[in-house]
Amino acid sequence: MLLISCPYCGPRDEHEFSYGHEAHIARPTLEQQQTMSDAEWADYLFMRKNPKGVHFERWVHSRGCRQWFNVARHTVTHEIIKVYPMGEPAPNLEQK
Amino acid sequence: MSAQKNRLATGGRIDRSRPVRFTFDGKAYYGYQGDSLASALLANGVTLVGRSFKYHRPRGIVSAGAEEPNALIEVGTGNRREPNTRAPQIELYDGLTTASQNRWPSLDFDLGAVNSCLSRFFPSGFYYKTFKWPKDGWLFYEKFIRRMAGLGTGSTEADPDRYDKVYGHCDVMVVGGGPAGIAAALAAGRAGARVVLVDEQSELGGSLLSERDRSIDGKPAMDWVAAAEAELAAMPEVKVLTRTTAFAYLDANMLSCVERITDHIGPNASGPRQRLWRIRAREVILATGSIERPLVYSDNDRPGCMLASAGRTYVNRYGTAPGQRVVILTNNDTAYQTALDFAAAGVSVAAVVDLRANPQGALVQATRDKGIEVIANSAITHVKGAKQVKEVDVMSLSADGKSVTGGVRHIYCDTVLSSGGWQPTVHLHSQTRAKVVWNEELHAFVPGPVMPGQNNVSVGAAKGVFGLADCLAEGHEAGAEAARRFGFTNAAGSAAGAEAEPAAEPLRPMWIVPSDKPVGQGGKHFVDYQNDVTAADVMLAHREGYLSVEHLKRYTTMGMATDQGKTSNVNALAIMAGLRGMNIPEVGTTTFRPPYTPVTFGVFAGPDKGDFLDPIRKTPIHQWHADHGAAFECVGQWHRAWYYPKAGESMHDAVNREVKATRDSVGIVDASTLGKIDIQGPDAAWFLNMVYTNAWTKLEPGKCRYGFMCGEDGMVFDDGVTSRIAENHFHMTTTTGGAARVLSWLEEWHQCEWPDRKVYFTSVTEQWAVFALNGPNSRKVLEKVVSGIDLSEEAFPFMSWRDCEVAGVKARIFRISFTGALSFEVNVPPSYALHVWRALMSAGEEFNITPYGTEALHVLRAEKGFVIVGQETDGTMTPQDLGFEWIIGKAKPDFIGRRSHLRSDTARPDRKHLVGLLTENPQEVLPEGAQIVEHVKDKPPMTMIGHVTSSYWSPNANRSIAMAVIKNGRNRMGQTVYLPYDGKVVAARIAKTDFLQDGAAANA
Ligand SMILES: [Zn+2]
Repeated sequence: MLLISCPYCGPRDEHEFSYGHEAHIARPTLEQQQTMSDAEWADYLFMRKNPKGVHFERWVHSRGCRQWFNVARHTVTHEIIKVYPMGEPAPNLEQK
Repeated sequence: MSAQKNRLATGGRIDRSRPVRFTFDGKAYYGYQGDSLASALLANGVTLVGRSFKYHRPRGIVSAGAEEPNALIEVGTGNRREPNTRAPQIELYDGLTTASQNRWPSLDFDLGAVNSCLSRFFPSGFYYKTFKWPKDGWLFYEKFIRRMAGLGTGSTEADPDRYDKVYGHCDVMVVGGGPAGIAAALAAGRAGARVVLVDEQSELGGSLLSERDRSIDGKPAMDWVAAAEAELAAMPEVKVLTRTTAFAYLDANMLSCVERITDHIGPNASGPRQRLWRIRAREVILATGSIERPLVYSDNDRPGCMLASAGRTYVNRYGTAPGQRVVILTNNDTAYQTALDFAAAGVSVAAVVDLRANPQGALVQATRDKGIEVIANSAITHVKGAKQVKEVDVMSLSADGKSVTGGVRHIYCDTVLSSGGWQPTVHLHSQTRAKVVWNEELHAFVPGPVMPGQNNVSVGAAKGVFGLADCLAEGHEAGAEAARRFGFTNAAGSAAGAEAEPAAEPLRPMWIVPSDKPVGQGGKHFVDYQNDVTAADVMLAHREGYLSVEHLKRYTTMGMATDQGKTSNVNALAIMAGLRGMNIPEVGTTTFRPPYTPVTFGVFAGPDKGDFLDPIRKTPIHQWHADHGAAFECVGQWHRAWYYPKAGESMHDAVNREVKATRDSVGIVDASTLGKIDIQGPDAAWFLNMVYTNAWTKLEPGKCRYGFMCGEDGMVFDDGVTSRIAENHFHMTTTTGGAARVLSWLEEWHQCEWPDRKVYFTSVTEQWAVFALNGPNSRKVLEKVVSGIDLSEEAFPFMSWRDCEVAGVKARIFRISFTGALSFEVNVPPSYALHVWRALMSAGEEFNITPYGTEALHVLRAEKGFVIVGQETDGTMTPQDLGFEWIIGKAKPDFIGRRSHLRSDTARPDRKHLVGLLTENPQEVLPEGAQIVEHVKDKPPMTMIGHVTSSYWSPNANRSIAMAVIKNGRNRMGQTVYLPYDGKVVAARIAKTDFLQDGAAANA
């Protein structure tokens, strides 16, 4: 069971949290929506990364403070490399 | 009652002054306090304890621990019967009732043993090959196979026992209470760390429990253990859990453990039976010891064939000889300690057969000095005796060890002990998904590098370090180091010391011990006892091209039994490597998965069963409904009044009465379960614009509006009425089941996409009780109890709300309707709910006010074609599909789902549309979910064009009504479609969804 450090509450068991989905998927602006093809829109809607390695994803402390935040998690080791607030860009983890 | 014929006069950790009575297969025996079921059975000379899985071969006890593959026992009876329990791990208590498994009609005479004679027709892959063809073959064979193959059967009754769950946190968790584990716990505990030490056995000591005369720090080893236990008990931050198995090593250093609290006392004990511990540790020290490998020799599964270390445990720990005359087969020096201990205990050792050419180690010499014959460079080629070993054949090995030569020696014996070397217990290490690596000197897998984030270290035998002094030193250092790392600086003391073991010579790897016949002919070389996999099966799998370990496992079922191959995996892997001419690590390793040993379901459920499984939500006036005879239905966690049958009324009668009374005069429904969200902030209106498909900016305070929420995929997600309380303040309602989901949805969009928008969401579902008055007389009822407002149509029009008082209570009334009739939804604080409800009921008495439940609510809304999200929709319906083109804000630049409505597939005019259905026979009420076809054929398949979403008898239309989604439905108005179900075909006409519109029903 993962141990996730909520940025607001501190480390808590995985079962207090809910997984959202891949992080950093910006919603297209109205202008972009008006010019993008159906395929491009479908890509925004449905297509998600599934890396073997570090994955940037968002979680919510659903049985706690109900705040969303981002997590960099290694999909093989399950190591949680970084927890960072919404709005912050994905960390550069090339050293990892 | 039989005598304990194999019980030794002295020795062991049993209490001979406390006899314990137990039964096995209905027969009564005595053992002693401190016995395991296995040791007590052996003491009584019971060697036949089960039948094997596939061939029903007679089987005996193989081991003295968790690795036991054969002696699987049903413990208890009736609702406490538990199958597949390992005899060496069952502690004896007075009244213990046990039974053997997988035998019919009896253990001694088993019909399934015919399988053994037919074994050439049961090769590995048998199930795949036989039942692949013909197609229905499996259906024919299944009953037969299921009866003949299998393990024990659990109880089908409810488990009467209590189980507990607890969470633990510590700095250092030590798994295994042997010398290394105790040393680790002592060092970490002394330094001041918070320590948890778990061990699966009834007492601490681990391998020391099986020793005869080892010393630690100059005193008997178990005295050292007792002193250590006392020292640990005195440390306030140290917890020692015996009878506790760490069965799963989960992410981030969480270990799941099961503590068997009363299993050793029996069902009459008080308190919970078992407890699930979930322990999160900063550092884990794995001191889990090692498991001896059996040798793979011909007919090595005869009852009486056992691990050498197990024989030693039975003699030294339990004061029980496994038999009267023992032959030992070994490829290494450790089995000689067994020979020496047997000699010391007065148990006859006929010979030690050593696969090595010329063993000369210190223990070998000592054995010879005791007058025990050592037959070097030789193999056991046959084991005779069906239900008990009677004799072994011994022959010399050829130079390459691949065959035997010369004459045969017959040695009389009733027990064969074998040792093929030792495999560190790397299960928990492996469960972290860390690798194991092959050690060429030990001929065993040892732990590889640990996984990042899984802070653990293996010590002692678990790491492949077998000397007692080394184990004590390693454990101490690991415990002290962990404590130091976490900043605990008290003195950890120094490691305990022990004399070095006599120097040992290397083992001789010989993964199949040759017989005078080729493998697979004559005797059977068992590799996996529990799943009846032989060396010949592995060879067959190899011949048929199953080369990878994972394929081998699945094809032969090797290692896939309840013991997960604890005694067989390495042997099988090595045999496969030999066949492929490769080194063992090249062939691969197996991955161990939780649980280490089987865990009862009860402990996972813990107290979360029955009424404690899930919360029950009740409205503030639930008791009134119950007092008035309501039947309830579950809507999520809510219990809602379903209908209120009067004496003699069926459900149908009651619902019809409630529906009719509401349309004719006035009905009242408890709608308190409706989801309610308070939305405030300067950007509240902007936010609603984004989450609803229609426009909200211009809605005036005091007004209400109905809206659809869509997902970004454009599909309907929830619906409800939202009212503007003030410029920056809205009151949103959601479906009963959708309340939590909608709140989370709003929060997610706000926090993740538009965090700069100033808007706040608060669930107020339980802050308002809601009673909806419906029907032409609802205004007249309300007028009698309301104060502060004018209820007239002009002053208080449809789709608006007002604050006022009802029966003296501050209230908020919404003029919204889910029935199409005149309606007022009265919202009051829940603490006044019953008072207000009673006041409304009294006021309505003269109008025959009728409480109605959720069933009437559904009929009333369906009569007017109102949709229920989740009933008319299933995640594939857009608002347009539902006929709500008008609710899409065309002028609105953006909202969630807008772009998806423009996708070619979503915009297509012939999608499935929501329509009404009127059956040709007005009495026929369609089943919900019924499939709709345009052209009926004699039998399926037919092209389905939609299905029924809602269907009721409408007392007001006086006929059946239904809603359905049908391809291109809105463009098929008036067409007849067909519904084949229940062996008939019902014709129905596509109609509008408002069934009370003038003439709608009459036109049918
Ligand atoms: Zn939190």
